[in-house]
Amino acid sequence: MLAAIEPMVIARSVDKYFGSLKALDRVSLDVAAGEVVCIIGPSGSGKSTFLRCINQLEVLDAGAIHVAGELVGYRRVGDALHELSDAEIARQRLASGMVFQRFNLFTHMTALQNIMEGPVTVQRRPKAEVREEAMALLERVGLADKRGAYPLEMSGGQQQRVAIARALAMKPRLMLFDEPTSALDPELVGEVLSVMRDLAASGMTMIVVTHELGFAREVANRVVFMDHGGVVEVGPPKEILSKPQHPRTRDFIAAVLS
Amino acid sequence: MSAILDPTLAPGVREAVGESGLRIVRRRNIGRWIAAGLLLLFLGWLIKAFADGDIEWRVVGEFFTARAIMTGLVNTIIMTACAMALGITLGVVFAIMYMSPNPVLRTTALFYIWFFRGTPLILQLLIWFNLALVFPTMGIPGLFEFRTVDLITPFVATLLGLGMNQGAYTAEVVRSGILSVDVGQTEAAKSIGMTRLTTLRRIVLPQAMRVIIPPVGNEFISMVKLTSIASVIQYSEILRNAQTIYYANARVIELLIVAAAWYLAVVTLLQIGQYFLEKHFSKGRGERSQKRAAKAAAGSSAAVPAAKEA
Repeated sequence: MLAAIEPMVIARSVDKYFGSLKALDRVSLDVAAGEVVCIIGPSGSGKSTFLRCINQLEVLDAGAIHVAGELVGYRRVGDALHELSDAEIARQRLASGMVFQRFNLFTHMTALQNIMEGPVTVQRRPKAEVREEAMALLERVGLADKRGAYPLEMSGGQQQRVAIARALAMKPRLMLFDEPTSALDPELVGEVLSVMRDLAASGMTMIVVTHELGFAREVANRVVFMDHGGVVEVGPPKEILSKPQHPRTRDFIAAVLS
Repeated sequence: MSAILDPTLAPGVREAVGESGLRIVRRRNIGRWIAAGLLLLFLGWLIKAFADGDIEWRVVGEFFTARAIMTGLVNTIIMTACAMALGITLGVVFAIMYMSPNPVLRTTALFYIWFFRGTPLILQLLIWFNLALVFPTMGIPGLFEFRTVDLITPFVATLLGLGMNQGAYTAEVVRSGILSVDVGQTEAAKSIGMTRLTTLRRIVLPQAMRVIIPPVGNEFISMVKLTSIASVIQYSEILRNAQTIYYANARVIELLIVAAAWYLAVVTLLQIGQYFLEKHFSKGRGERSQKRAAKAAAGSSAAVPAAKEA
């Protein structure tokens, strides 16, 4: 299993400021291909910001991120780093798929159109072929009968599953989940987690920002605890969730479980 | 006859009313009858006033489809369409410039909107029409050159005047439409690898249309009527042609009635068009969607859809 050793994401001392607020403070993290990493931590700890830096929804202020072997946002020419153009950044983003807290399905398109939009418009692949794949993806997330439904006609759980299918349609090498179940009613959380569990079982590399400690314990290879913009602790779920070393991790887990 | 029972009544009361066999006397709404009567009286008086007034309805009929009126009508329609096309194009371009991170583009857009919204339309028309006073010739020296008087015909001056002015207003409408689209939509578009321009074209603008169309429809209707002020620079639209006729035959009111009827006809057609456009661009948010959304919320939200009947 040589492929499992090759890192999919390499982040090195990443800093990010929002005005004078330091949102990320020298964050370093490697994620191997095929690995599932869950990032936990209190709100405002920078975990979503870090995720958004990986696919360049935020621009970092210092440090570097490599995704699938490419330096994110820059091209190296001699000993200078050149900022990438809009089109080149768009191309780099194809390496990763993103699932948002608020689903963000395109409201003017049906479930099927949402999934087909990227492959057809961005990758310019033939419509018939894409439609077939999109239907297979809808089947996979259990929503084949919702292909003609518009986002606002679906429940939150259904929208999120379509959103996962939309990201997968681009055939990304890495999936980023930004609190995918936080905006859901409690009884809808399970259906989304089960799709994610299947995805992890299929070998997809996943970085999941989540408050679902049960999911992290069961699915993650490693859990990262972040606080105040920095990585506090990293390790296997059993260690981090059951025997946290750092007092801040301990406090957080106690607070979530209570 | 079974009385229709108000379901909000308490069961006991309902039964009492239903089984008592008593007659239900409806509310009388006396105020409504009085108001309706007064309005009918006023309407009758108005009709009589116009019937007795000095209007030759025969003349109205005679000139309704007169050649000059028809030409004016066609010119009005053509000018409305061209000026709005120019206005919407400029509106979209300047709205995007206004929202650009590039300060030069933003300032240019700001200046454009400031100038064309800040001066009277009739003044702008006069400036365009008299452009030859400033620039006797136009073109690229050595390549081609025109005399400005030949280039700026009443049609061109009107088109530039109305279109540029419209663009300034439409830019603000388009901008508010773009702002109404959730940033999450843009982020989702980026995350599937769309460039900024593709995102705008495929995701943001189609959704912004829902907000943009009602005010633009409104402006389209205004434009039909605004073309009439182009008569000051000799553009032969419908009102100007009607005036030309009544200068000759002195049937002022009759010809104004002809013009008014045609304006109303064009505006009515536009309103119908707007209805269908709005329906098209409310995809995913229309009545149908709301009904289905309510159903989705009411029915169970489990993976297996329970709400498939109906």
